[in-house]
Amino acid sequence: MSVLKINGKSYTIDADENMPLLWAIRDIAGLTGTKFGCGVAQCGACVVHLDGEAVRSCVTKVSRAQGKQITTIEGLSKNNDHPVQQAWQDIDVPQCGYCHSGQIMSAAVLLRENPNPTDEDIDTAMAGNICRCGTYPRIRKAIHNAAEIQRNSTKS
Amino acid sequence: MKNPFKINKNIKLKKIAVPVTVLLLTGSLTAFSYNTELTTSTYVKSPDFLEKKKDSVASVKAFEKVYSVLMSPRCMNCHPIGDIPLQGEDSHIHTMQPKRGKDGKGLYAMKCANCHQPENTPGLHAPPGNPNWHLPPADMKMVFEGKTANQLAKQLIDPNQNGHKDMKKLIEHADDGLVLAGWKPAEGLKLPPISHKEFKKAWITWLETGAYAPKQ
Repeated sequence: MSVLKINGKSYTIDADENMPLLWAIRDIAGLTGTKFGCGVAQCGACVVHLDGEAVRSCVTKVSRAQGKQITTIEGLSKNNDHPVQQAWQDIDVPQCGYCHSGQIMSAAVLLRENPNPTDEDIDTAMAGNICRCGTYPRIRKAIHNAAEIQRNSTKS
Repeated sequence: MKNPFKINKNIKLKKIAVPVTVLLLTGSLTAFSYNTELTTSTYVKSPDFLEKKKDSVASVKAFEKVYSVLMSPRCMNCHPIGDIPLQGEDSHIHTMQPKRGKDGKGLYAMKCANCHQPENTPGLHAPPGNPNWHLPPADMKMVFEGKTANQLAKQLIDPNQNGHKDMKKLIEHADDGLVLAGWKPAEGLKLPPISHKEFKKAWITWLETGAYAPKQ
């Protein structure tokens, strides 16, 4: 039996500690915003925050997540108004949308650590998140916009 | 900082006689000077390490084995020339091109431990793992890729290039967790060319017999 703290709420998980965190999040906690893509940490669809870091939950075991703060796309902000989420909506970034919870979770870490990212910084941070629809130009534009939203909210 | 290692080139084996001239003790052993020549190798002397039996031939021979391991993908892939690690048996650039970062642990959403778990993830093409997975830091890159045996031997015992390791720490490094991880490859990846036991023996032999660098 494991206890996982997801989005500020404790979940008692009756599962093998070797179970991928993604399974626990989706199938046991019922938070299906995080997606399964490749299962081998290659695509980034399953990115969640583990103590603030953008881990790939498909290869992260439940045992590694115990005692840590897990944040999924559902918990990134209270009203879906994280600067990255706002920018994503403003620009209408997704096409099919499958990869975008992972994209947003990765972008959120970038903006936390680098409030004024260059195109190169964005490429560096987002290179592990694949989008089969090819929305990369909009992702880049949205991250620049999110940075601006974040800067403006800090000023006010 | 002055490099504490003294390098004497072209010492002839036949004439190896005496470490001669100056032995300065100023709280610690500071320098040796040799007036002999060695044709097969370059001698790199550590000021804080007294060899039990200096032997350039045995030292260079031992380093051949050491070099074969350090240049194998399990070691070299995380000691690249650039700031992106290498992958696979052909040491290609790591897919996704994760960057080294200041501390060697990656950048932003692309930190090593975001994918590389404390242990190997099962399955072909799944990330290998170790609790301390990282590249050398940006200010001490410790590049193996592209280095000749001569260059790498000199680099390994230069504290300004080896992570400030003295001889004691170098010997201990044979049992470092990340070094040992080379012999626990993920599925589908090959082991280094010799066992860790053989590697450790060669590593210590190389250091204890004088840490000579091969000529090439």
